[in-house]
Amino acid sequence: MSLALQTFSSVKDANAALQAAGARYIGGGTLVVRAANEGDVSVSSLVRVTDPGLSRIAVSGGKVRLGASVTMAAIARHPELATLAPAARAVGGPAIRNMATVGGNLFAPTPYGDFAVALLALDATVVTEDGEIPIETFLAGRDTSRAVVTAAGFSMPKAESFRFLKVSRVKPKGVSVLSIAALLQRTADGTVTAARIALGCMADRPIRAKSAEKALLGCKLTPQEIAPALAAASQGIAPITDPIASAWYRAEVLPVHLGRLLLD
Amino acid sequence: MAKVPVQFTLNGSEKAEFIESGTTLLHALRDKIGDTSPKGGCHQGTCGACSVIIDGELRLSCLTLAETCSGADIKTTAGLAEGGVLHPLQRAFLDAFATQCGFCTPGMIMAAKVLLDRTPNPSREDVVEALSGNICRCTGYEPIIQAVLTAARANSQNAA
Ligand SMILES: Cc1cc2nc3c(=O)[nH]c(=O)nc-3n(C[C@H](O)[C@H](O)[C@H](O)COP(=O)(O)OP(=O)(O)OC[C@H]3O[C@@H](n4cnc5c(N)ncnc54)[C@H](O)[C@@H]3O)c2cc1C
Ligand code: FES
Ligand code: FES
Repeated sequence: MSLALQTFSSVKDANAALQAAGARYIGGGTLVVRAANEGDVSVSSLVRVTDPGLSRIAVSGGKVRLGASVTMAAIARHPELATLAPAARAVGGPAIRNMATVGGNLFAPTPYGDFAVALLALDATVVTEDGEIPIETFLAGRDTSRAVVTAAGFSMPKAESFRFLKVSRVKPKGVSVLSIAALLQRTADGTVTAARIALGCMADRPIRAKSAEKALLGCKLTPQEIAPALAAASQGIAPITDPIASAWYRAEVLPVHLGRLLLD
Repeated sequence: MAKVPVQFTLNGSEKAEFIESGTTLLHALRDKIGDTSPKGGCHQGTCGACSVIIDGELRLSCLTLAETCSGADIKTTAGLAEGGVLHPLQRAFLDAFATQCGFCTPGMIMAAKVLLDRTPNPSREDVVEALSGNICRCTGYEPIIQAVLTAARANSQNAA
């Protein structure tokens, strides 16, 4: 393995280095070093940034900013991020969570990217040196992105409005059959006035369940009223097949788990 | 390939080496420094046999580049026994028949150690969660879980 690591203190210098052929950014290394160990020769140099700002978690005025190098373990134990802890804890076992970063999770191919599913439901923005872009735009173009992601930002959801569910076969830390995150605004009588639902494993990257979101508007969270949303959840999905589950199985069980999440 | 200097503390001793850039910590520990207690099982992050403790946190040495550990405090199972006396976890793994072929044992013990360092009286669920990134292919998990619980009890008795 010949894999030179280049360390920079500034994002600007790292961005310049990433323009070279074969250069790839390394966050926690859980995917990129694994790829190198498996013999992926498309990467010849790894670039990292040591700026401590990238590891900062800032929570103020209802806004959250997670530096790209913040780990899943740091999110899971942060007292003000308890709402997000289930999504952070869904990623791998303890050692993986100590290494896996927010930035890396945004790039993780399905069946990974459980935390990115949560960020998609939260309508996060992804920050680079060029500014901030909506997470959906980021996810659509991530394969050709060559810029260091520095942070993800979003409004702190109220505990009761955010829900996350990861379904796996091996407990407590198997890979996802699917994951779902939902951000729901409801009136005092429980009627849904706004919904964002994000799905993992239902495409090659996290996607929104837009038809289900629409069908939920004006509903109360009862089995009868959410039935049309569950029926609509499968529209626009293209689940993956992997050793954990087939596309058919994933599509079959999606409405069941979405129903459980909504009725919880 | 350019060699780069790395220097860290391993089980309380200063280590300084020149290694090839991009070398994993697992490779550096086993093949350069001669600490063969972390095992290379999958090199993919899935088995946990290579688990070590870096600055108090459990990490996978197969996915960690040695250069990123400069200045770090690294602990491996080889450093646990003191003055020829086994650490309570090592003792409990032997006594409880929690080690059959032994390949997973150093990683299991490191995962258990970070748990007991933070949670001296863990529940069974705490132990299961702490070991969830470590695979054992022969002993079976129950003796391992029992060994960790036994070591925790031994520790709390010593402290009492
Ligand atoms: C055993 C195992 C189990 C896992 N289980 C899960 C799981 O349950 N759920 C899950 O979601 N994931 C899982 N993963 C995948 C992975 O650990 C996580 O997705 C993690 O968040 C990736 O982050 P990283 O920092 O380690 O990424 P890296 O490996 O460092 O990087 C991954 C990719 O992202 C790019 N990248 C990383 N950070 C940046 C940045 N700041 N700017 C630009 N590009 C960047 C890299 O260039 C690379 O292409 C697992 C991995 C392993 C090995
Ligand atoms: S060798 Fe590192 S996790 Fe298997
Ligand atoms: S004792 Fe053989 S793999 Fe665990």
